[in-house]
Amino acid sequence: MAEKTKDILLGPIFDNNPIALQILGICSALAVTSNLSTTVTMCIALTTVTAFSNFFVSSIRNYIPSSIRIIVQMTIIASLVIVVDQFLKAYAYGISKQLSVFVGLIITNCIVMGRAEAFAMKNPPIPSFLDGVGNGLGYSVILLGLGFIRELLGAGSLFGHQILTKAADGGWFVTNGMMLLPPSAFFLIGLFIWAIRVWKPEQVEEDTFKMKPHTRVSDAF
Amino acid sequence: MSANKESVGKTLLVAFLVCVVCGVVVATAAVSLRPVQSKNQLLDKRMNILQAAGLYQPGVDVNEVFKSIERRFVDIDTGEYVEMPESYDQRKAAKDPQRSERLSGKEDIAGIKSQANVAEVFLARGDNGDLSRIILPVHGYGLWSTLYGFLALEPDANTVSGLGFYEHGETPGLGGEVDNPKWKALWEGKKLYGEQGEVEIQVVKGAVDSKTPNAEHKVDGLAGATLTSNGVSNLLRFWVGENGFGPYLKRMQQGEVVEQQEGDA
Repeated sequence: MAEKTKDILLGPIFDNNPIALQILGICSALAVTSNLSTTVTMCIALTTVTAFSNFFVSSIRNYIPSSIRIIVQMTIIASLVIVVDQFLKAYAYGISKQLSVFVGLIITNCIVMGRAEAFAMKNPPIPSFLDGVGNGLGYSVILLGLGFIRELLGAGSLFGHQILTKAADGGWFVTNGMMLLPPSAFFLIGLFIWAIRVWKPEQVEEDTFKMKPHTRVSDAF
Repeated sequence: MSANKESVGKTLLVAFLVCVVCGVVVATAAVSLRPVQSKNQLLDKRMNILQAAGLYQPGVDVNEVFKSIERRFVDIDTGEYVEMPESYDQRKAAKDPQRSERLSGKEDIAGIKSQANVAEVFLARGDNGDLSRIILPVHGYGLWSTLYGFLALEPDANTVSGLGFYEHGETPGLGGEVDNPKWKALWEGKKLYGEQGEVEIQVVKGAVDSKTPNAEHKVDGLAGATLTSNGVSNLLRFWVGENGFGPYLKRMQQGEVVEQQEGDA
């Protein structure tokens, strides 16, 4: 049992990462990682929502008619997101201003829906809760990596503290403006996926088709 | 039980209960947290005003410092003070056809479409009660977004003492550099009006030093952000011009409004 719990909680971090393997939640990974403080808030918000939505969906899973299960999950997720958003506005106003619409968009984050549908509908509340936390952590690992690299290379700072002195301020570090723009996150996610698959080759998908060996032109005649 | 959970009655019941429970949870959170949220919004706005006025230092009590600042309302057309309720919201008024004026394309260089009839201004006073800063809320279109900010002026209503934006969606690292303290510092001491009282302030391409003709009216644009720089230039020219705070600032330059203030307050 202990082994299974550990699996549920830690599996999604590298073995079954929601971003790197399931390729879910890319949108917010591009949008909120240009600096670390918004990234951390987003990670906490998403982990909270995933964990609790899994918990609540799982608690009433035996009563949800299958014809309306998706909309019931959505209602629960949307309510949790609104509550989280309200809390951020009340206690972390500056950060909620920066995250703006992306907190609201957690509702449409495929990770939350995906876990509710794939795990919480079939498992009891406590493992579902842990699965939500685990997937939140998997998402967080990638986001924090992105945030770290993007803020350091893009602005020379971490959590807003200047680490490398910018050339504009008389230092040596020439900032890479592209790192502050969303496309850089695409490249970085690509590199992360590559790194993880080199480390864990079992994640590499089989080719969907095999190319035939070269055929000679003369064969066509 | 799992056999009949698919029935129409059960489906409706579950849907209804889920909605009620979620509705109550959301409503409770929204209502109970609202006082804290509106306090935050007010604090945020006050901090921006103080930053534009150069009165903000990290760690000061914003509300305490703000006591020296007075909020007044100005009729855009005449430039006179008018009385408005404390809850007046200029952004909402600008969207209400009853309380705003649509701007024609030629007038609307800031790209704001409609202008509220009454605008708020903030007056900062020194310890002895003398006017030390005039702080005007300004907004206008940049490249991607409307920039909202504050322009702080010296009591002569002509010299800029600060400019800061608190809300915009310009490209980080390019147009987003409107927040760069170094760029903001360039504004200090610039003059809005020429000798004939015409609007002269503008953002130009290239460095501005003492040898540049009319250097006192010009600010170096942001590298790589020509459209945002133009937007900032246009919005300032709009707000200090005829359709913006022009009439009010003219009065302030003659000292009229300052004297009148005690009487009509």
